[in-house]
Amino acid sequence: MSKLLIVAFDASDATSSVGFANALSLPYDVLLLSGSSTACGAEKMSSANLTSLPAADGLAKALKEFATGYSHIASPSSMRSKDVLAYLAGLLDTGVVTDAIGVISPTTFRRPIYAGSMTATVEVVCNPVVITFRPSNFPKLEGGANGSEETVSLAIDTRVTIVSESSKGSARPDLSQAAIVVSGGRPLKDAATFESVIGGFADALGAAVGATRAAVDSGIAANELQVGQTGKVVAPNLYIAAGISGSTQHMAGIKDSKLIVAINTDTNAPIFDAADLGLVGDLFSVLPELQRELKQ
Amino acid sequence: MKLLVPIKRVVDPYAKVRPLGDGSGVDTTGAKFEINPFDEIAVEEAVRLKEKGVATEIVVVSVGNSSCEDQLRKALAIGADRAILIETDAILDSPAVASILKEVVESESPSIVLMGKQATDDDCNQVGQMLAAKLGWPQATFAAKVEVNGSVATVTRETDSGEQVVSMSIPAVITTDLRLNEPRYVALPGIIKARSKPLEKRSATAIPGLKTTITAVELPPARPPGRRVGSVQELATAIKERGGI
Repeated sequence: MSKLLIVAFDASDATSSVGFANALSLPYDVLLLSGSSTACGAEKMSSANLTSLPAADGLAKALKEFATGYSHIASPSSMRSKDVLAYLAGLLDTGVVTDAIGVISPTTFRRPIYAGSMTATVEVVCNPVVITFRPSNFPKLEGGANGSEETVSLAIDTRVTIVSESSKGSARPDLSQAAIVVSGGRPLKDAATFESVIGGFADALGAAVGATRAAVDSGIAANELQVGQTGKVVAPNLYIAAGISGSTQHMAGIKDSKLIVAINTDTNAPIFDAADLGLVGDLFSVLPELQRELKQ
Repeated sequence: MKLLVPIKRVVDPYAKVRPLGDGSGVDTTGAKFEINPFDEIAVEEAVRLKEKGVATEIVVVSVGNSSCEDQLRKALAIGADRAILIETDAILDSPAVASILKEVVESESPSIVLMGKQATDDDCNQVGQMLAAKLGWPQATFAAKVEVNGSVATVTRETDSGEQVVSMSIPAVITTDLRLNEPRYVALPGIIKARSKPLEKRSATAIPGLKTTITAVELPPARPPGRRVGSVQELATAIKERGGI
């Protein structure tokens, strides 16, 4: 019998998986690795209560034991899910669908290739099917109460020691979940300017902060803020690109946003082709004024 | 210490590619091919480890048709010592490539497999992890910094929220992220010297059956054309009207 196991690294993974699980139309259980149980319509919610996430090899081995009997194993796309689930697929001698953006059938999925410039239909002929999916491409649904709840203990056997972990632990909303994202590029000059101009604007609107690869590479913004094919994929209600030219790499990460706004001094910047609303102007004068207008 | 660097031949990531007319795949006619940029970062890192005296031999391997020789020669020019081409015209998926690479690892016995986190054509981000799992080796993906001291590799990894430093005993698989290094420019003498370095062709003992198949390729739906506004007031009004805020 077909059944889906959602591997949720935290509670927000669990709630953002409901849309995908519904699109797959299979009964589903959730294995919640860390955090408190949350209502997401699972037949069974198993909480592992891990206080810190072990390295991929150890987690994948534990998942292999836990996932016996499931036809599908899936997680929202993230660096950690790609790290662990592909290792798990290697242990299970099966295949993975990375970054699914659509479900055609339980064995046929749609996913972006070539930095999102094309969409491939992928048919899987293996069991179980391992999938990472982009929650923003599936409807936001409330899952309702879980059928049953249990706590489980995962035996972790890893050969990797985690020496240290640094998280910038920002008070701002999470990039991949935020309703509004404001991103900046290289014209922000330096880290302090980026923080005051982009960060200040974001805080005024309760928005998340993003950055281009160029801004990250030149040390203006932290690497976890990078939006694009090799960074985070965002799909907010409102995406404001300030001083961003609009490389293919960056566009791949924002094209599912509902409303894209571009502010750039270069009237020929490619970002204007993709933006729903464009304003030719200097972000340093436009952003403060826009902030006042939007707050009115 | 021997390092094995698997490299993939991909369409130049800056080139515009389109689906084939019948939507059965990607039209690569006339396209320029390169080493997958993430794999090139892996080659560069391997060469730096050799220059630091950590590594003694760098073997690059590619799986594909005879055209992959171009990318293997480029890797030799960057500084790899020898190359292996597992020659096949078969269409392969990530599990198949991982299985073929496992055979290469078993015959070459490297201490570290260093490879790109993903290829810029299929964007799968799978082969390194699958290879590590099949070998029963530890892995460190998304490497931003690699240090090898004796039998221990210490890797700074990029994570969703920042960075993580891990250490593990080798043998191990390390996959490279963008900020690990900037590959060097290869000058003519290096290219000429690479022509005399050994490039061995092997055939895979068996091509594993496919677990995933691409059945169609299409362009994503285009966004409707946007609108230019003339002032900040106009922009703010339009954002509010369209439910952006």
